[in-house]
Amino acid sequence: MSTKASRSAARLMLAPAVILLLAWMLVPLTMTLVFSFQRNLPLRGGFLEWVGFENYVRFVSSSAFWPAVQTTVVVVGGVLLITVVLGILLALLLDQQMWGQGVVRIMVIAPFFVMPTVTGLVWKNMFMDPNNGLLAYLWRFFGGDPVVWLSDVPVFSLILIVSWQWLPFATLILLTAMQSLDSDQLEAAEMDGAGTLSRFWHIILPHLSRAITIVILIQTIFLLAIFAKIFVTTQGSFGTRTLTYLIYQRVLESQNVGLGSAGGIYAVILANIFALFLMRIVGKNLDR
Amino acid sequence: MGQIVLDQVTKSFGDMTVIPPLDLTIEDGEFTVFVGPSGCGKSTLLRLIAGLEDVTSGSILIDGKESADIPPAKRGLAMVFQSYALYPHMTVRKNIAFPLRMANMSREEQDRRVQKAAEVLNLTDYLDRRPGQLSGGQRQRVAIGRAIVREPAAFLFDEPLSNLDAALRVGMRLEISELHNRLETTMIYVTHDQVEAMTMADRIVVLRAGHIEQVGTPLELYRNPRNLFVAGFIGSPKMNLLEGAMARKHNAHTIGIRPEHITVSTEEGEWSGVVGVSEHLGSDTFFHVHDTGLADSVTVRADGELDIRHGDRIYMTPRHERMHKFDEKGHRIA
Repeated sequence: MSTKASRSAARLMLAPAVILLLAWMLVPLTMTLVFSFQRNLPLRGGFLEWVGFENYVRFVSSSAFWPAVQTTVVVVGGVLLITVVLGILLALLLDQQMWGQGVVRIMVIAPFFVMPTVTGLVWKNMFMDPNNGLLAYLWRFFGGDPVVWLSDVPVFSLILIVSWQWLPFATLILLTAMQSLDSDQLEAAEMDGAGTLSRFWHIILPHLSRAITIVILIQTIFLLAIFAKIFVTTQGSFGTRTLTYLIYQRVLESQNVGLGSAGGIYAVILANIFALFLMRIVGKNLDR
Repeated sequence: MGQIVLDQVTKSFGDMTVIPPLDLTIEDGEFTVFVGPSGCGKSTLLRLIAGLEDVTSGSILIDGKESADIPPAKRGLAMVFQSYALYPHMTVRKNIAFPLRMANMSREEQDRRVQKAAEVLNLTDYLDRRPGQLSGGQRQRVAIGRAIVREPAAFLFDEPLSNLDAALRVGMRLEISELHNRLETTMIYVTHDQVEAMTMADRIVVLRAGHIEQVGTPLELYRNPRNLFVAGFIGSPKMNLLEGAMARKHNAHTIGIRPEHITVSTEEGEWSGVVGVSEHLGSDTFFHVHDTGLADSVTVRADGELDIRHGDRIYMTPRHERMHKFDEKGHRIA
């Protein structure tokens, strides 16, 4: 795209996509912003009055706010830790030459294609059910008392379910990165006297650092918005109420659109802070 | 110390034999070049010595010690790769110090050795840069630096200059030769470029399909090629190989005569022909002569300022004492 004519043609052809995308994002965002300054209770006739920043103050001063923030951080952090660590190990394993490589790789990636709602239901009913779940059978087989997963260790269970879904994503990206490592570098390190662990620590891990950053960035943004899995498993009880779920409850269970919208705006700001922060790290990595 | 002895070494990948039984002795301090066309097994042979590939059978003795089953790091050899294989996330200093760090050497000793290597290789100003910020020649020097700090028994070079441009390659060729003169350590150097082999080697090993065709000093190979393959491979431009009546006259199946051993004249000579392409190098000119009745094309060298053009008829006289004779199987007739 070097000439003036081709540049303006390119702009013209990109325009519909850009306009559609902007409308898609800006209309709901603006509506949320407008609602957040209203006292808006659908059961009492919807819009009642403008209240300024009252909703914002009420949202953060509610007793449910800080526990929800804490749960969100624990869930996101836990899932990131599990997926990155296991993802690296799985990628190392899948990078080896083995029989049936293609089939194994597809099977490893499969959980990512299961819908979040289905994932939640499958785990709740097939694995974690205290009477008929597979894990309950496993516990009884070894003579233990079945764990009532979703009420005894609800946050851990949630982390487990979400990790199961996101592990394939992390594995896939890290495996691709691992395959781009020049094998000469590993051989040079071997000649230089580096053992298996040293090679992993000094050569493979630094090589993967950019991919790890990208995995963390993308996953964080998606994990902040987990909803379906909580909805079909615990409904936000037993301390699994994340920020996203709290917003949902404010709007639909309490029927308070204004308060929920204010929470929504907080979530948008939070996600952007994360994105900005992580983008800078990625940018720094790309400079190398 | 760095004597390397290969005894009946073989290497197969599945059913394919890459190296049939091979014997070779590389003396301490010698600069040995493995040369041959691509796919002749020269890189595989180097990797066998390095320990990056396992031998299928046979033994490798390094300083008299059986090493075929010793892991690469314990063999006391250092290797310079074609792609340099520098660690991109480490500075030059850390790259060079890496083998020392892996050997748990003290910080002071590491710094001292890195500093010394950097001085030898003119890298002092670049120690805090990353490989990505260096030119091809500088990266090459870092790779060499990483090899010399270990003070290995022998250096292994795997086509180290093939990623450099022509001018830089000539410069690095000199630097590596000078390094060898200074360190007096055994070096094994793999290349497909016979010019590199001729200019750098103490001894050349010519390989074809995993077989050693001939081992000797550059001049031995140049003067007395043992067979047609070596005769055609060593020397630039290539030796003229003539068959038919002219060869029978000399009681041989094939005779070989190098372009530089034919005298050119515009008036008289044993052979004559018409000049096709002439390549002027300034100091010399190479003529590709056709219609000689000897072969499709005969290459001759003449003085650079001889005024002969495309289409001119010239006369050529070979120096008979520099003629090489070969039998039907391509072996040299003494």
